[in-house]
Amino acid sequence: MNVRLYLWQRLTAALMLPLVLVHLALIFYAMRKGLTAADILSRTRGSVAWAVFYGVFVVAAAVHAPIGLRTVLAEWSPLGPRTRDLAAIAFGLLLLVLGLRAVAAVVLP
Amino acid sequence: MTTATLDVSVWRGGAQGRYETYQVPLRENQTVLDVVTWVQRNLDATLSYRFACRVGMCGSCAMTVNGRPRWTCRTHVAKVAKHGRLTIAPLENLPVIKDLAADMTPFFEKWQAAKGVFAPSKTREQPVEQITPDNAARRAADAGIECINCGVCYAACDTVRWNSDYLGPAALNRAWTLVNDVRDAGNAARLTAVAAAGGCHACHSHQSCQEHCPLALNPTASIAGLKRRTLQAYLRGEIKP
Amino acid sequence: MMRLAHRANALWLAALVHRLSGLALAAFLPLHFLTLGLALEGEARLDTFLRWSEQPIVKLSESVLVFLLAVHMLGGLRLLVVENLPWLDGQKRLAVLAAAVSAVVAFVFLARVF
Repeated sequence: MNVRLYLWQRLTAALMLPLVLVHLALIFYAMRKGLTAADILSRTRGSVAWAVFYGVFVVAAAVHAPIGLRTVLAEWSPLGPRTRDLAAIAFGLLLLVLGLRAVAAVVLP
Repeated sequence: MTTATLDVSVWRGGAQGRYETYQVPLRENQTVLDVVTWVQRNLDATLSYRFACRVGMCGSCAMTVNGRPRWTCRTHVAKVAKHGRLTIAPLENLPVIKDLAADMTPFFEKWQAAKGVFAPSKTREQPVEQITPDNAARRAADAGIECINCGVCYAACDTVRWNSDYLGPAALNRAWTLVNDVRDAGNAARLTAVAAAGGCHACHSHQSCQEHCPLALNPTASIAGLKRRTLQAYLRGEIKP
Repeated sequence: MMRLAHRANALWLAALVHRLSGLALAAFLPLHFLTLGLALEGEARLDTFLRWSEQPIVKLSESVLVFLLAVHMLGGLRLLVVENLPWLDGQKRLAVLAAAVSAVVAFVFLARVF
């Protein structure tokens, strides 16, 4: 962990604070109203707002999680520095691809 | 009349070794250092250990007592020996030389690597710098300046244990006091050193350092200060990690 | 294990919970994304999954996830506070409070979901 990685991790963390709160509120709301897949998708399909909200969330998570993972690998696993960096980058790409695909799945009309 | 005794397990050997148990007379006022000294003088003259002042000023007698790093001259047996048992080992996170003596070399190498060294900015021809004790930078420096490099915080820190690059709480605390010293001219190099991998950003704020420091210093707070300063310097382009 | 007695404090535990919850969330996220991606195959596919997720064991896991998310966020917030605001002495209490709030949130979720 150096100052550059630290900056990006703390920045995405701060960005995700309100996003997580909204997400948790949404989960509770959906449960309360007993929403089905059709209900949820009818609200998200074609919505620019949801696309932006979850798109930003996915990108932030795809930056934040790998940096944390890299530190955990450095402190708790026997892997070398190159392997750790590659594993973190690979994980970030996985989250980005799967995440944006999921966003597309629910917002594309 | 039988005197009460203490069961004391002491680490013998180097990195490879074993615990040996000794029976030591229990006295009313007794420190762990008294116990170690008694063993060496009466039971086993080959026991190696360090001490100097015996009165809690030099930090030489730091050892692991019942799992925690402490100054043995300031640890009363009555406070730590539950059920009449004591386990004494050398400080953690440092190579063992022999028995209870740990090798402080890596600790001091990291001190140097964190640029914990004053870099003068003036010569004797110039007037003495006027420093008021109540300005913010001086207060920040004063809060951490009493460190006597005993190594207890370093031994207590799990990030030191898990990350061999990590400079550690003492070295970073000292760097922070110098960052706040207006007479010092070495900040560019110092901030670069503590902003690199293994620097202040590796700290996870477990606060074991603060918890165990015998002088009640707070390296976590100093390191938080360094995190802010290095971030500012980085955003201004003053350092490039 | 006495050798590790120095870890017996609330803030160390808070850091451990923060790390473990982060790892669990990181492991969960790809699965979460794959599930949502099922919508690409049409609503029926997603509905089938959502019906599967009505099982009690799944609902329990979801409550655990809500707890992990809340506790990781609050733990992270504590770190941002420690690192950027003037030093607070009551941090142990804050850490315990963060865990308690997360537990309450997760419990409410659990109650509502059954």
